Amino acid sequence: MLEVRNLHAGYGQSEVIHGLDFTVGDSEILAVMGRNGMGKTTLFKSLIGIVPVRSGSIQLKGQELSGEESFRRVRHGLAYVPQGRLIFPTLTVEENIRTGLDAASGGTVPDYVYGIFPVLHDMRKRRGGNLSGGQQQQLAIARALVSNPSVLLLDEPTEGIQPSIIKELARTLKRIRDLRQLSILVSEQVLSFTLEIADRLLVIEKGHFVHESRREDVDADSIARYLSV
Amino acid sequence: MSETTSAEFFATLLMQGFAGISLFSVLLLMALGLAIIFGQMGVINMAHGEFMAIGSYTTYILSVLASEQGWLDIYFPFSLIAAFIVAGVAGYLLEIVLIRHLYQRPLDTLLATWGVSLILQQIFRSVFGAREVSPELPEWIMGSVQPGEGIDIPVNGLFVLGLAGLVTAGVALMMFRSRWGLQVRATSQNRLIAGAVGIDTQQVDRITFALGCGLAGVAGAAFTTIASTGPTSGSLYIVDTFLVVVFGGAASMVGTLASAFTIGQAQSILEFLMTGSMAKVLTLVTVVGLLMMRPEGLFTAKVRR
Repeated sequence: MLEVRNLHAGYGQSEVIHGLDFTVGDSEILAVMGRNGMGKTTLFKSLIGIVPVRSGSIQLKGQELSGEESFRRVRHGLAYVPQGRLIFPTLTVEENIRTGLDAASGGTVPDYVYGIFPVLHDMRKRRGGNLSGGQQQQLAIARALVSNPSVLLLDEPTEGIQPSIIKELARTLKRIRDLRQLSILVSEQVLSFTLEIADRLLVIEKGHFVHESRREDVDADSIARYLSV
Repeated sequence: MSETTSAEFFATLLMQGFAGISLFSVLLLMALGLAIIFGQMGVINMAHGEFMAIGSYTTYILSVLASEQGWLDIYFPFSLIAAFIVAGVAGYLLEIVLIRHLYQRPLDTLLATWGVSLILQQIFRSVFGAREVSPELPEWIMGSVQPGEGIDIPVNGLFVLGLAGLVTAGVALMMFRSRWGLQVRATSQNRLIAGAVGIDTQQVDRITFALGCGLAGVAGAAFTTIASTGPTSGSLYIVDTFLVVVFGGAASMVGTLASAFTIGQAQSILEFLMTGSMAKVLTLVTVVGLLMMRPEGLFTAKVRR
Protein backbone atom coordinates (compact mmCIF):
# COMPACT_ATOMS: atom_id res chain seq x y z
CA MET A 1 0.00 0.00 0.00
CA LEU A 2 2.41 2.70 1.23
CA GLU A 3 6.07 2.23 0.34
CA VAL A 4 8.73 4.54 1.71
CA ARG A 5 12.30 4.16 0.41
CA ASN A 6 15.44 5.86 1.72
CA LEU A 7 13.54 8.89 3.00
CA HIS A 8 15.59 11.90 4.12
CA ALA A 9 13.90 14.97 5.61
CA GLY A 10 14.60 17.83 8.01
CA TYR A 11 14.39 21.51 8.73
CA GLY A 12 16.72 24.06 7.16
CA GLN A 13 20.32 22.87 7.55
CA SER A 14 19.64 20.01 9.94
CA GLU A 15 18.52 16.63 8.73
CA VAL A 16 16.24 14.76 11.14
CA ILE A 17 15.20 11.68 9.15
CA HIS A 18 18.20 9.76 7.83
CA GLY A 19 17.10 7.35 5.15
CA LEU A 20 14.08 5.41 6.42
CA ASP A 21 12.71 2.36 4.61
CA PHE A 22 9.37 0.79 5.43
CA THR A 23 6.16 -0.50 3.94
CA VAL A 24 2.62 -0.36 5.26
CA GLY A 25 0.59 -3.32 4.01
CA ASP A 26 -3.08 -3.49 3.04
CA SER A 27 -5.29 -3.02 6.13
CA GLU A 28 -2.21 -3.17 8.32
CA ILE A 29 -1.75 -1.07 11.43
CA LEU A 30 1.93 -0.17 11.77
CA ALA A 31 3.20 1.69 14.84
CA VAL A 32 6.32 3.86 14.99
CA MET A 33 7.57 4.12 18.56
CA GLY A 34 10.20 6.38 20.01
CA ARG A 35 10.95 9.03 22.58
CA ASN A 36 10.45 12.73 22.08
CA GLY A 37 12.83 14.28 19.58
CA MET A 38 13.63 11.04 17.75
CA GLY A 39 11.93 12.13 14.52
CA LYS A 40 8.42 10.68 14.69
CA THR A 41 6.60 13.92 13.99
CA THR A 42 9.11 14.99 11.33
CA LEU A 43 8.59 11.64 9.60
CA PHE A 44 4.82 12.18 9.58
CA LYS A 45 5.11 15.77 8.43
CA SER A 46 7.36 14.76 5.57
CA LEU A 47 4.92 12.01 4.57
CA ILE A 48 2.02 14.48 4.28
CA GLY A 49 4.19 17.22 2.76
CA ILE A 50 4.38 19.86 5.48
CA VAL A 51 8.12 19.27 5.79
CA PRO A 52 9.85 18.90 2.41
CA VAL A 53 11.41 15.56 1.45
CA ARG A 54 15.15 15.93 0.74
CA SER A 55 15.53 12.65 -1.09
CA GLY A 56 13.96 9.24 -1.27
CA SER A 57 10.55 8.13 -2.40
CA ILE A 58 7.04 7.88 -0.98
CA GLN A 59 4.78 5.68 -3.06
CA LEU A 60 1.10 5.12 -2.44
CA LYS A 61 -0.37 2.31 -4.57
CA GLY A 62 2.53 2.85 -7.00
CA GLN A 63 1.97 6.64 -7.21
CA GLU A 64 5.04 8.75 -6.38
CA LEU A 65 4.05 11.44 -3.87
CA SER A 66 7.32 12.87 -2.54
CA GLY A 67 7.28 15.93 -4.83
CA GLU A 68 3.56 16.65 -4.52
CA GLU A 69 1.90 19.32 -2.44
CA SER A 70 -0.05 18.28 0.66
CA PHE A 71 -3.53 18.62 -0.80
CA ARG A 72 -2.59 16.45 -3.79
CA ARG A 73 -1.24 13.73 -1.47
CA VAL A 74 -4.63 13.82 0.27
CA ARG A 75 -6.37 13.40 -3.09
CA HIS A 76 -4.16 10.41 -3.82
CA GLY A 77 -5.31 8.74 -0.61
CA LEU A 78 -3.18 9.88 2.32
CA ALA A 79 -4.89 11.42 5.35
CA TYR A 80 -3.21 13.07 8.31
CA VAL A 81 -4.17 13.51 11.95
CA PRO A 82 -1.54 15.87 13.36
CA GLN A 83 0.01 15.72 16.81
CA GLY A 84 -1.98 17.96 19.15
CA ARG A 85 -5.09 17.47 16.94
CA LEU A 86 -4.89 20.96 15.39
CA ILE A 87 -8.56 21.16 14.52
CA PHE A 88 -9.87 24.55 13.39
CA PRO A 89 -10.93 26.08 16.74
CA THR A 90 -13.42 28.70 15.52
CA LEU A 91 -15.18 26.41 13.03
CA THR A 92 -18.05 24.29 14.28
CA VAL A 93 -17.57 20.54 14.62
CA GLU A 94 -19.57 19.92 11.46
CA GLU A 95 -17.61 22.54 9.51
CA ASN A 96 -14.36 21.02 10.72
CA ILE A 97 -15.38 17.66 9.29
CA ARG A 98 -16.52 19.26 6.04
CA THR A 99 -13.08 20.79 5.43
CA GLY A 100 -11.89 17.25 4.69
CA LEU A 101 -14.62 16.55 2.12
CA ASP A 102 -13.80 16.82 -1.58
CA ALA A 103 -15.78 18.92 -4.05
CA ALA A 104 -17.76 15.94 -5.38
CA SER A 105 -19.30 15.16 -1.99
CA GLY A 106 -21.74 18.07 -2.04
CA GLY A 107 -20.73 19.09 1.47
CA THR A 108 -22.72 16.53 3.44
CA VAL A 109 -20.98 14.59 6.18
CA PRO A 110 -21.42 10.85 5.47
CA ASP A 111 -23.50 8.94 8.04
CA TYR A 112 -20.79 6.45 8.97
CA VAL A 113 -18.71 9.26 10.52
CA TYR A 114 -21.35 10.05 13.12
CA GLY A 115 -21.88 6.28 13.47
CA ILE A 116 -18.28 5.88 14.59
CA PHE A 117 -18.24 9.11 16.63
CA PRO A 118 -21.75 9.68 18.05
CA VAL A 119 -20.42 12.41 20.37
CA LEU A 120 -19.51 14.54 17.33
CA HIS A 121 -23.12 14.36 16.16
CA ASP A 122 -24.33 15.65 19.51
CA MET A 123 -21.83 18.51 19.38
CA ARG A 124 -21.92 19.27 15.65
CA LYS A 125 -23.04 22.90 16.14
CA ARG A 126 -20.38 23.71 18.75
CA ARG A 127 -17.09 25.36 17.97
CA GLY A 128 -14.26 22.85 17.70
CA GLY A 129 -12.09 24.83 20.12
CA ASN A 130 -14.58 24.30 22.92
CA LEU A 131 -14.37 20.50 22.83
CA SER A 132 -12.34 18.42 25.27
CA GLY A 133 -9.02 16.91 24.19
CA GLY A 134 -10.51 13.48 23.56
CA GLN A 135 -13.39 14.92 21.57
CA GLN A 136 -10.99 17.03 19.51
CA GLN A 137 -8.99 13.89 18.76
CA GLN A 138 -12.12 12.18 17.46
CA LEU A 139 -12.89 15.29 15.42
CA ALA A 140 -9.41 15.33 13.87
CA ILE A 141 -9.79 11.65 12.93
CA ALA A 142 -13.26 12.28 11.47
CA ARG A 143 -11.90 15.19 9.42
CA ALA A 144 -9.20 12.92 8.02
CA LEU A 145 -11.58 10.02 7.36
CA VAL A 146 -14.03 11.87 5.14
CA SER A 147 -11.41 12.27 2.41
CA ASN A 148 -11.70 8.47 1.94
CA PRO A 149 -8.04 7.70 2.54
CA SER A 150 -6.34 4.39 1.87
CA VAL A 151 -3.67 5.20 4.46
CA LEU A 152 -4.38 7.12 7.66
CA LEU A 153 -1.41 8.83 9.36
CA LEU A 154 -1.92 9.35 13.10
CA ASP A 155 0.73 11.32 14.96
CA GLU A 156 0.67 10.55 18.73
CA PRO A 157 -3.11 10.24 19.06
CA THR A 158 -2.95 9.48 22.79
CA GLU A 159 -0.99 12.57 23.77
CA GLY A 160 -2.82 14.56 26.43
CA ILE A 161 -5.79 12.22 26.60
CA GLN A 162 -7.03 10.56 29.77
CA PRO A 163 -6.35 6.79 30.14
CA SER A 164 -9.98 5.63 30.02
CA ILE A 165 -10.44 7.37 26.66
CA ILE A 166 -7.20 5.84 25.31
CA LYS A 167 -8.67 2.33 25.51
CA GLU A 168 -11.76 3.48 23.68
CA LEU A 169 -9.60 5.17 21.04
CA ALA A 170 -7.78 1.87 20.38
CA ARG A 171 -11.10 0.07 19.85
CA THR A 172 -12.34 2.87 17.57
CA LEU A 173 -9.24 2.81 15.40
CA LYS A 174 -9.49 -0.94 14.86
CA ARG A 175 -13.16 -0.53 14.03
CA ILE A 176 -12.32 2.16 11.46
CA ARG A 177 -9.70 -0.11 9.89
CA ASP A 178 -12.20 -2.95 9.53
CA LEU A 179 -15.05 -0.70 8.40
CA ARG A 180 -13.16 1.42 5.86
CA GLN A 181 -10.57 -1.20 4.80
CA LEU A 182 -7.67 1.20 5.26
CA SER A 183 -4.11 1.00 6.53
CA ILE A 184 -2.99 3.00 9.53
CA LEU A 185 0.46 4.36 10.36
CA VAL A 186 0.54 5.55 13.96
CA SER A 187 3.31 7.06 16.08
CA GLU A 188 3.21 6.37 19.81
CA GLN A 189 5.01 6.49 23.12
CA VAL A 190 2.41 4.49 25.06
CA LEU A 191 3.38 0.83 24.72
CA SER A 192 0.09 -0.59 26.05
CA PHE A 193 -1.86 1.34 23.42
CA THR A 194 0.47 0.16 20.67
CA LEU A 195 0.21 -3.47 21.74
CA GLU A 196 -3.57 -3.06 21.70
CA ILE A 197 -3.81 -1.91 18.08
CA ALA A 198 -0.64 -2.48 16.06
CA ASP A 199 0.02 -5.50 13.85
CA ARG A 200 3.69 -4.60 13.68
CA LEU A 201 5.89 -2.01 15.32
CA LEU A 202 9.05 -0.11 14.51
CA VAL A 203 11.26 1.76 16.96
CA ILE A 204 12.85 5.00 15.76
CA GLU A 205 15.93 6.54 17.33
CA LYS A 206 17.71 9.65 16.05
CA GLY A 207 16.10 9.34 12.66
CA HIS A 208 16.91 5.63 12.13
CA PHE A 209 14.83 2.52 12.75
CA VAL A 210 16.60 0.43 15.38
CA HIS A 211 14.08 -2.32 16.03
CA GLU A 212 11.21 -4.07 14.29
CA SER A 213 8.86 -6.78 15.48
CA ARG A 214 5.42 -8.24 14.89
CA ARG A 215 2.99 -7.82 17.73
CA GLU A 216 2.91 -11.54 18.57
CA ASP A 217 6.68 -11.64 19.13
CA VAL A 218 7.07 -8.31 20.90
CA ASP A 219 9.44 -8.37 23.86
CA ALA A 220 7.80 -5.66 25.93
CA ASP A 221 10.84 -5.19 28.15
CA SER A 222 13.26 -4.46 25.34
CA ILE A 223 10.83 -2.00 23.72
CA ALA A 224 10.31 -0.31 27.08
CA ARG A 225 14.09 0.12 27.30
CA TYR A 226 14.05 2.04 24.00
CA LEU A 227 11.29 4.27 25.31
CA SER A 228 12.72 5.01 28.74
CA VAL A 229 14.66 8.22 29.13
CA MET B 1 -26.63 79.07 14.64
CA SER B 2 -28.66 81.35 16.89
CA GLU B 3 -31.23 82.12 14.19
CA THR B 4 -31.95 78.55 13.23
CA THR B 5 -34.76 76.76 15.00
CA SER B 6 -34.17 73.48 16.72
CA ALA B 7 -36.28 71.70 14.04
CA GLU B 8 -33.98 72.97 11.32
CA PHE B 9 -30.97 71.99 13.37
CA PHE B 10 -32.21 68.42 13.71
CA ALA B 11 -33.10 68.24 10.02
CA THR B 12 -29.53 69.25 9.16
CA LEU B 13 -28.12 66.80 11.67
CA LEU B 14 -30.24 64.05 10.15
CA MET B 15 -29.06 64.85 6.65
CA GLN B 16 -25.47 65.00 7.84
CA GLY B 17 -26.06 61.63 9.46
CA PHE B 18 -27.28 60.32 6.17
CA ALA B 19 -24.18 61.67 4.43
CA GLY B 20 -22.32 59.56 7.00
CA ILE B 21 -24.33 56.55 5.89
CA SER B 22 -23.22 57.06 2.29
CA LEU B 23 -19.61 57.23 3.45
CA PHE B 24 -20.24 54.14 5.58
CA SER B 25 -21.55 52.29 2.51
CA VAL B 26 -18.50 52.99 0.38
CA LEU B 27 -16.13 52.26 3.29
CA LEU B 28 -17.96 48.99 3.93
CA LEU B 29 -17.73 47.87 0.30
CA MET B 30 -14.03 48.71 0.27
CA ALA B 31 -13.31 47.20 3.68
CA LEU B 32 -15.02 43.89 2.91
CA GLY B 33 -12.63 43.24 0.05
CA LEU B 34 -9.60 44.35 2.01
CA ALA B 35 -10.64 42.32 5.05
CA ILE B 36 -11.18 39.03 3.24
CA ILE B 37 -7.81 39.39 1.52
CA PHE B 38 -6.04 40.30 4.75
CA GLY B 39 -7.83 37.58 6.70
CA GLN B 40 -7.08 34.88 4.13
CA MET B 41 -3.42 35.51 3.35
CA GLY B 42 -2.23 38.30 5.61
CA VAL B 43 -1.54 40.51 2.59
CA ILE B 44 -2.11 44.22 3.06
CA ASN B 45 -3.10 45.35 -0.40
CA MET B 46 -2.00 48.97 -0.75
CA ALA B 47 -3.38 48.96 -4.30
CA HIS B 48 -6.90 48.26 -3.09
CA GLY B 49 -7.93 51.87 -3.70
CA GLU B 50 -6.75 51.64 -7.30
CA PHE B 51 -8.94 48.58 -7.82
CA MET B 52 -11.77 50.80 -6.66
CA ALA B 53 -10.69 53.34 -9.29
CA ILE B 54 -10.66 50.55 -11.90
CA GLY B 55 -14.33 49.99 -11.06
CA SER B 56 -15.05 53.72 -11.34
CA TYR B 57 -13.32 54.05 -14.70
CA THR B 58 -15.08 50.94 -15.99
CA THR B 59 -18.37 52.61 -15.11
CA TYR B 60 -17.20 55.78 -16.84
CA ILE B 61 -16.29 53.95 -20.04
CA LEU B 62 -19.62 52.13 -20.06
CA SER B 63 -21.50 55.40 -19.53
CA VAL B 64 -19.75 56.93 -22.55
CA LEU B 65 -20.67 53.89 -24.63
CA ALA B 66 -24.21 53.89 -23.26
CA SER B 67 -24.82 57.56 -24.02
CA GLU B 68 -23.73 56.95 -27.63
CA GLN B 69 -26.24 54.12 -27.87
CA GLY B 70 -28.98 55.83 -25.86
CA TRP B 71 -28.97 53.23 -23.09
CA LEU B 72 -28.36 55.63 -20.24
CA ASP B 73 -31.42 54.52 -18.27
CA ILE B 74 -30.43 50.89 -18.02
CA TYR B 75 -26.63 50.68 -18.20
CA PHE B 76 -25.87 51.31 -14.54
CA PRO B 77 -26.68 47.89 -13.05
CA PHE B 78 -24.60 46.28 -15.79
CA SER B 79 -21.72 48.60 -15.01
CA LEU B 80 -21.73 47.26 -11.43
CA ILE B 81 -21.29 43.74 -12.77
CA ALA B 82 -18.71 44.88 -15.32
CA ALA B 83 -16.76 46.73 -12.60
CA PHE B 84 -16.75 43.57 -10.49
CA ILE B 85 -15.50 41.43 -13.37
CA VAL B 86 -12.85 43.86 -14.65
CA ALA B 87 -11.42 44.57 -11.18
CA GLY B 88 -11.67 40.87 -10.26
CA VAL B 89 -9.77 39.73 -13.36
CA ALA B 90 -7.13 42.41 -12.77
CA GLY B 91 -6.79 41.16 -9.18
CA TYR B 92 -6.54 37.54 -10.32
CA LEU B 93 -3.71 38.46 -12.70
CA LEU B 94 -1.91 40.53 -10.06
CA GLU B 95 -2.05 37.57 -7.66
CA ILE B 96 -0.52 35.23 -10.21
CA VAL B 97 2.14 37.64 -11.46
CA LEU B 98 3.20 39.24 -8.19
CA ILE B 99 1.44 38.56 -4.89
CA ARG B 100 1.87 34.80 -4.65
CA HIS B 101 5.65 35.17 -4.83
CA LEU B 102 5.57 37.38 -1.74
CA TYR B 103 3.50 35.39 0.77
CA GLN B 104 5.06 35.20 4.23
CA ARG B 105 6.79 38.52 3.52
CA PRO B 106 4.36 41.16 4.80
CA LEU B 107 6.67 44.15 4.41
CA ASP B 108 7.55 43.19 0.86
CA THR B 109 3.90 42.84 -0.12
CA LEU B 110 3.23 46.23 1.43
CA LEU B 111 5.95 47.84 -0.69
CA ALA B 112 5.15 45.86 -3.82
CA THR B 113 1.43 46.64 -3.73
CA TRP B 114 2.23 50.28 -3.03
CA GLY B 115 4.35 50.23 -6.18
CA VAL B 116 1.46 48.65 -8.06
CA SER B 117 -0.78 51.42 -6.79
CA LEU B 118 1.59 54.11 -8.12
CA ILE B 119 1.85 52.32 -11.47
CA LEU B 120 -1.92 52.06 -11.76
CA GLN B 121 -2.35 55.73 -10.85
CA GLN B 122 0.02 56.71 -13.63
CA ILE B 123 -1.80 54.44 -16.08
CA PHE B 124 -5.08 56.14 -15.16
CA ARG B 125 -3.45 59.53 -15.64
CA SER B 126 -2.05 58.57 -19.05
CA VAL B 127 -5.25 57.00 -20.31
CA PHE B 128 -7.99 59.16 -18.81
CA GLY B 129 -6.04 62.35 -18.09
CA ALA B 130 -5.35 64.05 -14.78
CA ARG B 131 -8.77 65.71 -14.69
CA GLU B 132 -11.51 64.02 -12.79
CA VAL B 133 -14.21 62.35 -14.82
CA SER B 134 -17.83 61.58 -14.01
CA PRO B 135 -20.00 59.04 -15.77
CA GLU B 136 -23.34 60.33 -16.96
CA LEU B 137 -25.79 58.87 -14.49
CA PRO B 138 -29.32 57.67 -15.22
CA GLU B 139 -32.17 60.00 -14.18
CA TRP B 140 -33.58 57.64 -11.57
CA ILE B 141 -30.47 57.80 -9.43
CA MET B 142 -30.44 61.61 -9.19
CA GLY B 143 -32.59 63.86 -7.03
CA SER B 144 -33.79 63.29 -3.53
CA VAL B 145 -36.75 62.20 -1.48
CA GLN B 146 -38.34 64.39 1.21
CA PRO B 147 -39.63 62.33 4.09
CA GLY B 148 -40.30 65.48 6.13
CA GLU B 149 -40.13 69.24 5.90
CA GLY B 150 -36.63 70.56 5.31
CA ILE B 151 -35.19 67.05 5.06
CA ASP B 152 -33.61 65.97 1.78
CA ILE B 153 -32.40 62.42 1.47
CA PRO B 154 -30.48 61.93 -1.79
CA VAL B 155 -31.49 58.91 -3.90
CA ASN B 156 -27.91 58.04 -4.82
CA GLY B 157 -27.13 57.70 -1.11
CA LEU B 158 -30.06 55.33 -0.67
CA PHE B 159 -28.91 53.38 -3.72
CA VAL B 160 -25.37 52.99 -2.42
CA LEU B 161 -26.68 51.98 1.00
CA GLY B 162 -28.93 49.33 -0.55
CA LEU B 163 -26.06 48.06 -2.68
CA ALA B 164 -23.70 47.85 0.30
CA GLY B 165 -26.37 45.92 2.21
CA LEU B 166 -26.88 43.47 -0.64
CA VAL B 167 -23.18 42.92 -1.23
CA THR B 168 -22.49 42.45 2.49
CA ALA B 169 -25.28 39.89 2.74
CA GLY B 170 -23.91 38.15 -0.35
CA VAL B 171 -20.38 38.00 1.03
CA ALA B 172 -21.64 36.77 4.42
CA LEU B 173 -23.66 34.08 2.70
CA MET B 174 -20.66 32.95 0.67
CA MET B 175 -18.38 33.08 3.69
CA PHE B 176 -20.65 30.97 5.90
CA ARG B 177 -22.54 28.78 3.44
CA SER B 178 -20.26 28.06 0.50
CA ARG B 179 -17.41 25.62 0.13
CA TRP B 180 -15.10 28.50 -0.74
CA GLY B 181 -16.08 30.27 2.49
CA LEU B 182 -15.38 27.20 4.56
CA GLN B 183 -11.99 26.79 2.91
CA VAL B 184 -11.16 30.46 3.52
CA ARG B 185 -12.04 30.19 7.19
CA ALA B 186 -10.04 26.99 7.56
CA THR B 187 -6.99 28.34 5.70
CA SER B 188 -6.94 31.60 7.63
CA GLN B 189 -6.80 29.63 10.90
CA ASN B 190 -4.09 27.17 9.94
CA ARG B 191 -2.71 27.19 6.43
CA LEU B 192 -0.46 24.12 6.73
CA ILE B 193 -3.14 21.95 8.28
CA ALA B 194 -5.72 23.18 5.76
CA GLY B 195 -3.41 21.85 3.04
CA ALA B 196 -2.88 18.62 4.94
CA VAL B 197 -6.64 17.94 5.11
CA GLY B 198 -6.92 18.38 1.35
CA ILE B 199 -7.61 22.06 0.70
CA ASP B 200 -5.85 23.60 -2.31
CA THR B 201 -4.85 26.70 -0.39
CA GLN B 202 -3.20 28.44 -3.35
CA GLN B 203 -6.36 28.22 -5.39
CA VAL B 204 -8.33 29.57 -2.43
CA ASP B 205 -5.83 32.47 -2.32
CA ARG B 206 -6.30 33.26 -6.00
CA ILE B 207 -10.09 33.22 -5.80
CA THR B 208 -10.10 35.27 -2.60
CA PHE B 209 -7.77 37.90 -4.00
CA ALA B 210 -9.83 38.20 -7.19
CA LEU B 211 -13.06 38.41 -5.20
CA GLY B 212 -11.66 41.07 -2.85
CA CYS B 213 -10.49 43.18 -5.79
CA GLY B 214 -13.84 42.64 -7.53
CA LEU B 215 -15.60 43.99 -4.45
CA ALA B 216 -13.36 47.07 -4.58
CA GLY B 217 -14.49 47.43 -8.20
CA VAL B 218 -18.14 47.39 -7.11
CA ALA B 219 -17.29 50.00 -4.49
CA GLY B 220 -15.75 52.08 -7.27
CA ALA B 221 -18.85 51.81 -9.45
CA ALA B 222 -21.01 52.85 -6.50
CA PHE B 223 -18.56 55.66 -5.73
CA THR B 224 -19.25 57.31 -9.11
CA THR B 225 -22.78 58.18 -7.96
CA ILE B 226 -21.38 60.20 -5.05
CA ALA B 227 -18.23 61.85 -6.37
CA SER B 228 -16.15 62.18 -9.51
CA THR B 229 -13.21 59.92 -10.28
CA GLY B 230 -9.60 60.98 -10.68
CA PRO B 231 -6.34 59.02 -10.85
CA THR B 232 -5.84 59.38 -7.09
CA SER B 233 -9.45 58.89 -5.96
CA GLY B 234 -8.70 55.41 -4.66
CA SER B 235 -5.79 56.47 -2.50
CA LEU B 236 -8.02 58.98 -0.69
CA TYR B 237 -10.11 56.13 0.65
CA ILE B 238 -7.45 53.55 1.39
CA VAL B 239 -6.39 54.98 4.78
CA ASP B 240 -9.95 55.11 6.09
CA THR B 241 -10.52 51.61 4.78
CA PHE B 242 -7.49 50.28 6.67
CA LEU B 243 -8.76 52.00 9.76
CA VAL B 244 -12.09 50.22 9.35
CA VAL B 245 -10.48 46.80 8.91
CA VAL B 246 -8.07 47.13 11.82
CA PHE B 247 -10.63 48.71 14.14
CA GLY B 248 -13.24 46.04 13.37
CA GLY B 249 -10.94 43.08 13.93
CA ALA B 250 -9.59 41.52 10.73
CA ALA B 251 -11.30 38.16 11.20
CA SER B 252 -14.80 39.42 11.90
CA MET B 253 -17.41 40.53 9.38
CA VAL B 254 -19.68 41.94 12.08
CA GLY B 255 -16.69 43.89 13.31
CA THR B 256 -16.04 45.32 9.83
CA LEU B 257 -19.70 46.33 9.59
CA ALA B 258 -19.81 47.98 13.01
CA SER B 259 -16.48 49.67 12.53
CA ALA B 260 -17.37 51.07 9.06
CA PHE B 261 -20.58 52.44 10.52
CA THR B 262 -18.87 54.01 13.53
CA ILE B 263 -16.09 55.60 11.53
CA GLY B 264 -18.35 56.79 8.70
CA GLN B 265 -20.82 58.37 11.14
CA ALA B 266 -18.17 59.83 13.41
CA GLN B 267 -16.40 61.50 10.48
CA SER B 268 -19.54 62.87 8.96
CA ILE B 269 -21.19 64.22 12.12
CA LEU B 270 -17.94 65.62 13.53
CA GLU B 271 -17.25 67.36 10.21
CA PHE B 272 -20.55 69.15 10.71
CA LEU B 273 -19.59 70.31 14.20
CA MET B 274 -15.93 71.24 13.54
CA THR B 275 -13.45 71.48 10.66
CA GLY B 276 -12.73 68.47 8.47
CA SER B 277 -9.18 68.02 9.73
CA MET B 278 -10.20 68.23 13.38
CA ALA B 279 -12.90 65.63 12.70
CA LYS B 280 -10.28 63.32 11.22
CA VAL B 281 -7.89 63.88 14.11
CA LEU B 282 -10.58 63.16 16.69
CA THR B 283 -11.67 59.98 14.90
CA LEU B 284 -8.09 58.75 14.62
CA VAL B 285 -7.28 59.49 18.26
CA THR B 286 -10.40 57.66 19.41
CA VAL B 287 -9.64 54.64 17.24
CA VAL B 288 -6.02 54.52 18.41
CA GLY B 289 -7.16 54.79 22.03
CA LEU B 290 -9.67 51.95 21.64
CA LEU B 291 -7.11 49.79 19.83
CA MET B 292 -4.69 50.23 22.72
CA MET B 293 -7.31 48.71 25.00
CA ARG B 294 -8.40 46.04 22.51
CA PRO B 295 -5.51 45.30 20.13
CA GLU B 296 -7.47 42.60 18.29
CA GLY B 297 -10.19 45.03 17.27
CA LEU B 298 -13.83 45.42 18.26
CA PHE B 299 -14.98 41.86 17.66
CA THR B 300 -13.11 38.62 18.17
CA ALA B 301 -14.35 35.04 18.34
CA LYS B 302 -14.53 33.70 21.88
CA VAL B 303 -12.95 30.28 21.84
CA ARG B 304 -10.12 28.34 23.44
CA ARG B 305 -7.06 28.26 21.26
